[in-house]
Amino acid sequence: MIFSDPRFAQALARLPEYLGNHILLSLCALTLGIAISLPLGILASRNAALRWPMLASASLIQTIPGLALLALFYPLLLGLSNLTAMAFNAPFSAFGFLPSLLALTLYSMLPVLRNTITGLDGIDPAVLEAAQGTGMTPAQSLRMVELPLAAPVIMAGIRTAAVWVIGTATLSTPVGQTSLGNYIFTGLQTQNWVFVLFGCVAAAALAMTVDQLLALIESGVKTRKHHRTLGGVLGMIAVAAAALVPGQAQRAAGNYVIGAKTFTEQFILAALIEQKLRDANLPASRLEGLGSTVAFDALASNEIDVYVDYSGTLWATQMQRTDVRPREEVLRELKDWLAAKNILLLGSLGFENSYALAMKRSRAEALNINTIADLAIHAPKLSIAADYEFLARPEWAAVRDAYGLRFRAQRQMQSTFMYEAVAAGEADVISAFSSDGRIKQYDLVVLGDPKRSLPPYDAIVLVAPKRAKDEAFLAALRPLIGAIDVDDMREASLLADRPENKQTVEDAARWLNPRLKKP
Amino acid sequence: MNEHVIALHDVVQRFPGAEQAALSGISLEIRQGEFVAIVGPSGSGKTTLLRLVNRLANPSAGEVLVEGEAIAASDPVRLRRRIGYVFQGIGLFPHMSVAENISITPRLLGWNAEKMQKRVGELLALVRLPDDYRSRMPDELSGGERQRVGVARALAAKPNIMLMDEPFGALDPVTRDALTRDYRALHEELGLTSLLITHDVLEALLLADRIVVLNRGCIVETGSPAELMRAPKHEFTRRLMEMPEQQAKRLAALLQVH
Repeated sequence: MIFSDPRFAQALARLPEYLGNHILLSLCALTLGIAISLPLGILASRNAALRWPMLASASLIQTIPGLALLALFYPLLLGLSNLTAMAFNAPFSAFGFLPSLLALTLYSMLPVLRNTITGLDGIDPAVLEAAQGTGMTPAQSLRMVELPLAAPVIMAGIRTAAVWVIGTATLSTPVGQTSLGNYIFTGLQTQNWVFVLFGCVAAAALAMTVDQLLALIESGVKTRKHHRTLGGVLGMIAVAAAALVPGQAQRAAGNYVIGAKTFTEQFILAALIEQKLRDANLPASRLEGLGSTVAFDALASNEIDVYVDYSGTLWATQMQRTDVRPREEVLRELKDWLAAKNILLLGSLGFENSYALAMKRSRAEALNINTIADLAIHAPKLSIAADYEFLARPEWAAVRDAYGLRFRAQRQMQSTFMYEAVAAGEADVISAFSSDGRIKQYDLVVLGDPKRSLPPYDAIVLVAPKRAKDEAFLAALRPLIGAIDVDDMREASLLADRPENKQTVEDAARWLNPRLKKP
Repeated sequence: MNEHVIALHDVVQRFPGAEQAALSGISLEIRQGEFVAIVGPSGSGKTTLLRLVNRLANPSAGEVLVEGEAIAASDPVRLRRRIGYVFQGIGLFPHMSVAENISITPRLLGWNAEKMQKRVGELLALVRLPDDYRSRMPDELSGGERQRVGVARALAAKPNIMLMDEPFGALDPVTRDALTRDYRALHEELGLTSLLITHDVLEALLLADRIVVLNRGCIVETGSPAELMRAPKHEFTRRLMEMPEQQAKRLAALLQVH
């Protein structure tokens, strides 16, 4: 039974924070969306020349997938923030709430805009003539006659927008906004289906509640039953109040925020750092599920205080380097490059999580493949599955060109499904991560790289500029440096990822903590 | 000058893109207390003419005066609040009760609630609707009742002038007959100046003090019902008056047989 599952209790414990943030974001976006699109709709219904361009742009926005829209706003705002920082010395946060708010606001506009125009256009011309004939000004006609008569249609648009916004808000997790999407993104990564289901059900329940409250207001207005309108309005106020109660305290100034990207190892390391900070009596919270470059930018702009990244990732995506260098050289250059940005590279954790090409052991043995060089011979008959990033990264270009790799087919998928795909024989080769527990779980072999074409990926601890001289903080983090063994990391990841007897990332971190190597 | 409540001088109305002017060379003067009917075929410009008086349309040339004042310079909203307007579509506000519909112009004029309530009572009595109709919604009324509410709404702010555009056109003959008679009585009782558009010549003959015959945007002739029936100056008028005359003769013949 799902309710007796310990993961259910864990999910429930996080509900106030996730739900509160989700509601706050959704209601702000919906309010802003209505505030913009209602006047635009009125304008468009009076001016036929404006109608088409407005509806076309709103529809165009709607065709952009929600996640992409959110992802687009982040760099846009980051650029803007840098600009205001230079111009007025007043940077703003391009992270989390703001990009999510703007993207969702745009998303909410089409139904409200369209229904406002439809509602106003649908009014009986005789009624409009009567409004004019009885001596109403255009504004009075709008307020006393047109808007009340179009209200049911406009309200239907608002309800649609509310449902869309609440659903799409789950996608704001990767740009750093806590939402019910945290359940879904975390759950998807750690194969914690209770979390995924919990997130979906919570978002759906919220959407339905808001929809029904808006329906109540609508019917109250329409049938002139004021107690209904009042009930609906009070309900909406109660929902809004839920947004303000929880979770906000931990945004307090003295709190250390630990960032984590969107995979299990990152969740465990963030939990581990949190435990280390708590042990040192430092208040800490985690911000999980950040996109890869989002995490780096958030650290650079002091939005988060610490997170773990990988030398090769920064080498390629931040420093824009395509050459492959020995690991010490990469670390040295990276440290200097980061120092120029006032970011402190505290040190390596002691293991690598590099990109690697992996195959099912039985399949590799059958084809007699040990290295990528062997693989290149068979590649035209084989298929590769990779995560979303890999095939677009310079590492792939490097390894592909070094060995002349040409596959029969290549597919992109969520890394969770990638491992299952290779285990099930749906893909022959995958872009695995060398420290991933699932290499062990699915009995995969990591193929050798004799030409050293894949760059090193040391897990490194990065500290935000404003914390670079915070000795208490740095002292709490130092025991982690050089202390994690790659086998322990794989094992810890497996604890959280495995389908049976699954443990939480916090438990996995607790398992890992005593196994840290003493310096 | 001031005895003409409504005056049109050499009014021309052209609509963009239309080859012919909708109205041309229209001059018409209506005295206080007069009941004038405008008759003419569809497209003759009747509605356009009426709408010029409360500035729902503005003339391309010429001048319109209401109560001695050239209205081109006046605020159209304030003008409309002192002119009653009833039209075939009625246009009762479907989201407002009968009382709210009737008291709309007083409300726009800022009357207090008590005065408006009293006025609604008076008007319901005036258009012969029961007082408990106040709280009904328009969709609960019959066609005739709706048109009575429309008339009450037009009269609410005690206008001196009533403009009526085929107000009873869509009603069944019995209801229509009752309403037209009731309206004529109101016209006398309240000392209104009424300008009525109708395509029904018989209705114009029975109701109006004076009839204006309109064809293709021009006034063909003007005269009392008796004058137009007995001595039409134009062939067009004669043909227009022929039908009610023949109907009357046929009716008379029927009555004689029995």
